[in-house]
Amino acid sequence: MRLMITVAVGFACLLIGLPAIAQQSRGPLRIEITEGVIEPLPVAVPDFIAETADAANFAIDIARVVAADLIGTGLFREIPKNAFLSTPTSFSSPIQYSDWKTLNAQALITGAVATGSDGQLTVKFRVFDVFSDAQLGDGLQFGGAANSWRRMAHKVADAVYSRITGEGGYFDSRVVFVSETGPKNQRAKRLAVMDYDGANVQFLTDDSAIVLAPRFSPTGDRVLYTSYETGFPKVNVLDVGTIERRALDVQAEALTFAPRFGPDGSTVVLSLSQAGNTDIFKTRVDGGPLVRLTSTPSIETAPGFSPDGSWIVFESDRSGTQQLYVMGANGGEATRISFGKGRYGTPVWSPRGDLIAFTKQANGRFHIGVMRTDGSEERLLTASFLDEGPTWSPNGRVIMFTRESKGAAGARALYSVDITGRNLRRVPTNLSGSDPAWSPLLR
Amino acid sequence: MKLNSKTIVMAAAIMLSACTNGGGFGGGGFRGGGGGTTGAASDPTSAGYFQQAIGDRVLFAVDQHTLTPESSALLDLQANWLLTNVEFGAVIEGHADEQGTSAYNLALSGRRANSVIEYLVSRGVSPVRLQPLPLGKERPIAICSEETCYNQNRRAVTVVAAGGLS
Repeated sequence: MRLMITVAVGFACLLIGLPAIAQQSRGPLRIEITEGVIEPLPVAVPDFIAETADAANFAIDIARVVAADLIGTGLFREIPKNAFLSTPTSFSSPIQYSDWKTLNAQALITGAVATGSDGQLTVKFRVFDVFSDAQLGDGLQFGGAANSWRRMAHKVADAVYSRITGEGGYFDSRVVFVSETGPKNQRAKRLAVMDYDGANVQFLTDDSAIVLAPRFSPTGDRVLYTSYETGFPKVNVLDVGTIERRALDVQAEALTFAPRFGPDGSTVVLSLSQAGNTDIFKTRVDGGPLVRLTSTPSIETAPGFSPDGSWIVFESDRSGTQQLYVMGANGGEATRISFGKGRYGTPVWSPRGDLIAFTKQANGRFHIGVMRTDGSEERLLTASFLDEGPTWSPNGRVIMFTRESKGAAGARALYSVDITGRNLRRVPTNLSGSDPAWSPLLR
Repeated sequence: MKLNSKTIVMAAAIMLSACTNGGGFGGGGFRGGGGGTTGAASDPTSAGYFQQAIGDRVLFAVDQHTLTPESSALLDLQANWLLTNVEFGAVIEGHADEQGTSAYNLALSGRRANSVIEYLVSRGVSPVRLQPLPLGKERPIAICSEETCYNQNRRAVTVVAAGGLS
């Protein structure tokens, strides 16, 4: 799906020519995410105004998705619509701040939707800082095809989130994952991609072969994953748009898995198992030499780049147990960064560059945790029978992972948690799911 | 009550086949692996005989890939069979239990498959007839989340097929 933006490319949007209804102000309407929010900020999201007759459903649905995005962060709480004392009747009508103060609504989001003769949808919105009697930032307008209305809603929510937190958003993004059916001993797996909130699921492969651990390219248009299509594990690359796929051009007989793109979108790091020994190699997605980066008799796997491409974090049992290490992008000496009690695996560098997320096993439990890139300030965010495989939201504030329940009927599901350890929630998927990988923000 | 010996043998054969069917992964890329026509267990030159009369799998301790003396003894029998039945090749599936992260378990199961391959080669089987297939924790045969299941899942399975590797 490609969203046509009204103006220019990227996250560009149109500043609405209307004068701001009140003086723009930063006001007290501000959430500092890193401090961890205990009390969610009350927000009112009235139905958007339908400016054309056939925009009526979109006006309601878009406002609901905007509200769901914001509430889903755990940073906001929605004031129920039946409590409203007044509702906007047009996009430009003055805001009755007193009506919203009475409800203790700190933020108010208003919007309008219009359909064009060309099937295009136009969505505009404003954010109000109720207790400052002021609009927060300028009004914005997005345009796109009607069938991409959810993306426009996510863009509105991203803009609101950015204005209130000062951080980039993450709602206009997708997640590639493994969709699972069948019992534990006969799991059928398909690659699938969905919006970050579980909507718009699209299958990318059938379930005729085991597929594992899909990973997006930095632009989100390609996916690396491991497939048993030949009967043996091989790293494949798949074009998300055309769903065409092929094995990477590495040694035909090589067993390869655990791939990840480098930030250039061309370099690939992966694991190769040879005579029982697993090491890390580097190659190029469109063909290139296979360069060995580690050469020890221990298991080296789960490699991933730092956002600037200069470092690789990976796991190794060279010390006797699974631990995390960092080495240069061309290999060489590695520095161990995990020293706590237990085993550490599946390290992933935050897109902000500040943290590394990992899976930890200790005392028979699994945890998702984060640490600084030098291994300091380790914090465990979750605990369960089996949590594994973290992936970062585009803004580095939320982590999605796989949680598996215990026992013969055990099933896997996708969960998310924020980096303060709050707001643990299940990501809605109809089928079981595992191995999520979050895309960058869409363009 | 007295059972005649023939009934006992048949019952045992059925139980064995119930145990072994589904034990092999048998997914793509390997002709005849795991299911299908394995031949009668009574035919000593059949894959069915290899599975049921000799035994197709060895088990491993938690996070280990070293062979126990019992495993080595079984692999001696497997090696002898392969040296006799030279038209067969084998895929050596490596498996891990569910405790552990996916990529690590895949690597660990590769070690287990390789332990079996190295042993069979040390007994004279040509390495070109043997191919490792690491499956990590993808194909458990026992599905409870207890050690009674885990110890069956930490395994390497020798899946033989006439005609060798695909």
